[in-house]
Amino acid sequence: MQFMLLFSRQGKLRLQKWYVPLSDKEKKKITRELVQTVLARKPKMCSFLEWRDLKIVYKRYASLYFCCAIEDQDNELITLEIIHRYVELLDKYFGSVCELDIIFNFEKAYFILDEFLLGGEAQETSKKNVLKAIEQADLLQENQSEDWGGLAAEEVL
Amino acid sequence: MPAPIRLRELIRTIRTARTQAEEREMIQKESAAIRSSFREEDNTYRCRNVAKLLYMHMLGYPAHFGQLECLKLIASQKFTDKRIGYLGAMLLLDERQDVHLLMTNCIKNDLNHSTQYVQGLALCTLGCMGSSEMCRDLAGEVEKLLKTSNSYLRKKAALCAVHVIRKVPELMEMFLPATKNLLSEKNHGVLHTSVVLLTEMCERSPDMLSHFRKLVPQLVRILKNLIMSGYSPEHDVSGISDPFLQVRILRLLRILGKGDDDSSEAMNDILAQVATNTETSKNVGNAILYETVLTIMDIKSESGLRVLAINILGRFLLNNDKNIRYVALTSLLKTVQTDHNAVQRHRSTIVDCLKDLDVSIKRRAMELSFALVNGNNIRGMMKELLYFLDSCDPEFKADCASGIFLAAEKYAPSKRWHIDTIMRVLTTAGSYVRDDCVPNLIQLITNSVEMHAYTVQRLYKALLDDISQQPFVQVSSWCIGEYGDLLVSGQCEEEDPIQVTEDEVLDVLEGLLASNLSSPVTRGYALTAVMKLSTRLSSVNRIKKVVSIYGSSIDVELQQRAVEYNALFKKYDHMRCALLERMPIMEKAAANGPTETVQTNGEAEPAGLEPKHPPTIIQPANQANDLLDLLGGNDVVPVISTAPAMKPASAGGELLDLLGGLSLSAPTPAPPIPMSQPPFLLDGLSSQPLFNDIATGIPPMTAYNKNGLKIDFTFERSNTNPNIAIITIHAANSTEAEMTNFVFQAAVPKTFQLQLLSPSSSIIPALNQGPVTQVIKVLNPQKQQLRMRIKLTYNHKGSPVQDLAEVNNFPPQSWQ
Repeated sequence: MQFMLLFSRQGKLRLQKWYVPLSDKEKKKITRELVQTVLARKPKMCSFLEWRDLKIVYKRYASLYFCCAIEDQDNELITLEIIHRYVELLDKYFGSVCELDIIFNFEKAYFILDEFLLGGEAQETSKKNVLKAIEQADLLQENQSEDWGGLAAEEVL
Repeated sequence: MPAPIRLRELIRTIRTARTQAEEREMIQKESAAIRSSFREEDNTYRCRNVAKLLYMHMLGYPAHFGQLECLKLIASQKFTDKRIGYLGAMLLLDERQDVHLLMTNCIKNDLNHSTQYVQGLALCTLGCMGSSEMCRDLAGEVEKLLKTSNSYLRKKAALCAVHVIRKVPELMEMFLPATKNLLSEKNHGVLHTSVVLLTEMCERSPDMLSHFRKLVPQLVRILKNLIMSGYSPEHDVSGISDPFLQVRILRLLRILGKGDDDSSEAMNDILAQVATNTETSKNVGNAILYETVLTIMDIKSESGLRVLAINILGRFLLNNDKNIRYVALTSLLKTVQTDHNAVQRHRSTIVDCLKDLDVSIKRRAMELSFALVNGNNIRGMMKELLYFLDSCDPEFKADCASGIFLAAEKYAPSKRWHIDTIMRVLTTAGSYVRDDCVPNLIQLITNSVEMHAYTVQRLYKALLDDISQQPFVQVSSWCIGEYGDLLVSGQCEEEDPIQVTEDEVLDVLEGLLASNLSSPVTRGYALTAVMKLSTRLSSVNRIKKVVSIYGSSIDVELQQRAVEYNALFKKYDHMRCALLERMPIMEKAAANGPTETVQTNGEAEPAGLEPKHPPTIIQPANQANDLLDLLGGNDVVPVISTAPAMKPASAGGELLDLLGGLSLSAPTPAPPIPMSQPPFLLDGLSSQPLFNDIATGIPPMTAYNKNGLKIDFTFERSNTNPNIAIITIHAANSTEAEMTNFVFQAAVPKTFQLQLLSPSSSIIPALNQGPVTQVIKVLNPQKQQLRMRIKLTYNHKGSPVQDLAEVNNFPPQSWQ
């Protein structure tokens, strides 16, 4: 996978994960163009499209579009499953996740993504294990509250 | 200093902004606060500030001033700091900034941290955005972690190694020892990432590939266990056990089995098993089947397995889920060359996909349809394709039109059908037809001799309706110019002839010239067509008028043409008929042969196709010098490609075809030289060694001697280009009466290029009192034997004389 973008129906970016080195300007250009292209698709169209020399796999969950750019030799159908797995992870973590959760807790969405994918490939295929790791890491954050001079863990950010 | 506002608070506030300007103001205010906080080196709230910065960055605002702060966070001992710090590094830093290298040391320390979650953060960051320098520095650490027994770290290290290898391929070797027992892991995460690592290594190095082939049995076993084992809640997706791992294994097997008989054999059974046992009700099962099909098609699988794979794709085509249909079409496109017959069976389903609403599916279906067209299904397929052309989006029309022309050319069952198909395309998608199709079509029409009347009539009728589609108009005006006489005389056999008067025809052409819709190129076509009609129709005066009007046209091209045509009327009227004669049959330089030969689909196109036409055909008037077209003889003799020995067209053969097939003792054709360049005056593209001797002593020769007219040739070689021979003709008249209106014309085989300069005079005085000279320049890049056909016309004692002769006796030095 080269990158993953999450954006709303109005085209607002909610998450961007890049696995290839690009300048900020290029990232912005790609994001703008791709968001436009995907939003222009009609609901009955298939989830795949060719864009530049990449394959784009996208799926809409409620008000959020999940959009991945994969390479020629990658399997589009399993990418749909990857997207779905990520949504399931978010759902389990936040409890019936909605777009607002991802807006207000974007850093957690990133942490979860980084426990599921690494360098664009899945690192863990068990839902349970991903969530367990996140849980443990969150716990680690909490247990360090004494470092924050009186601030409770959830008050740090 | 009050505590900086909290992240969620900021997000909430920014979201209340009603305009872009309001938002910008809030952001600017907060940015300033964050910047001063950074300046104060506040440790407690640094991560809060950076988090806020990351949010603002996502909205599109600048955040570069936070880069160094991320580094400080990474260096901190607090886990929260590290988490935000690494996140910030991945979002704000990339290998273009020098700052990122400062991370290297921190990452190195964190890779050795006592807490695995910190190690995980470091591995993740390195694996996502590590630059080559960082990778080089830290590869050793990654390699160490690849050997750890901690599966949480091992799986991350494997993917990190993949990234390192991508960035610095030379380091691949160092990870080899650690891969030894990767596949004996029980942990699925490690297994999955290990397979990814092995895949990457095998893709990059053939040595690694052969080394890892021995893993095939192990991979097959793992896959088998996944399929056969019972329900495993941890890895289950809709009843399938760890589909992600299955897909990755299948992909690795594909790479290992490709081109290798033994490995392919070893995986035959498991592939068949997966193909038949996988549940297809959900996307996840189809994902596995898809990967299986790709693997079966790529390795050396037995034919039964291949048929199974194609049938799976066929079933996919009927699936309600359009994603599945899309994937099927893509795969079929890949396999249509190798397993053509199997794919043919699904032709009707594929054709149905032309009517799908989805653009991507339509495009794939179109490409596949063209690949499946053959002599047997051409009529049915073309009906569907033409219907598709009518209704598809403009983005498809050009490709579809080109595809239809190609298919029609290869498999047309009859000439009439072919012409009808072309017309249909021209009239429905005439403005999307590619420009290079125009000369092809013209050539096709020219060669379909018996259809000329029908063609021109139909084109004329269509032109009356619509003159906006330029390629169509160009072809039509060309045809009217060529065959206007047939149109007016109402000779059409194929359908009821229409009554057209000369004036009506000229009205149409003049309309094209005047219309705003016509492009400059089209106008050129129209003007030339008008001119040609001067020898075919009787309204010469009207034509003269039209031509002279455009002699002062603003369009330089048009003006030049008109002026030249005017000159034809005035000074060279005797040449006009010859110049504007009916076009001879044009040989496509890649000698495709007539449409009677049916080729099976799948036959490769003749290699090295050059432009299908010598450019002379498009603008005949501009090539008054190119005598190849002039000496066509009055009867157009259709080229009968009886002798397959004609292919590839050799120089000798060209000459015979061109000049009406006189039985000449055909010299042994020069060894077939593929005509890879159009007959331009190009330098140095000879396929034979150039002879450098400047022939000073080429003996002169007598080319013609009859009825008192004697023509001698003397030779010189050009100083500038040794491939050009300069021939001076000396025409002498030994009779008592002078020869007036003397015109000398010459034609040479297609591999030559000829330029005729002006004669010294058109009157040859009597009794050898002074020959008329004329210079001919002949370019002979392929050093072929020079042969020439000459045509002489003159008036002698009041009566016109015309003669044709072949000149064969050129001295070898003149062309070697």
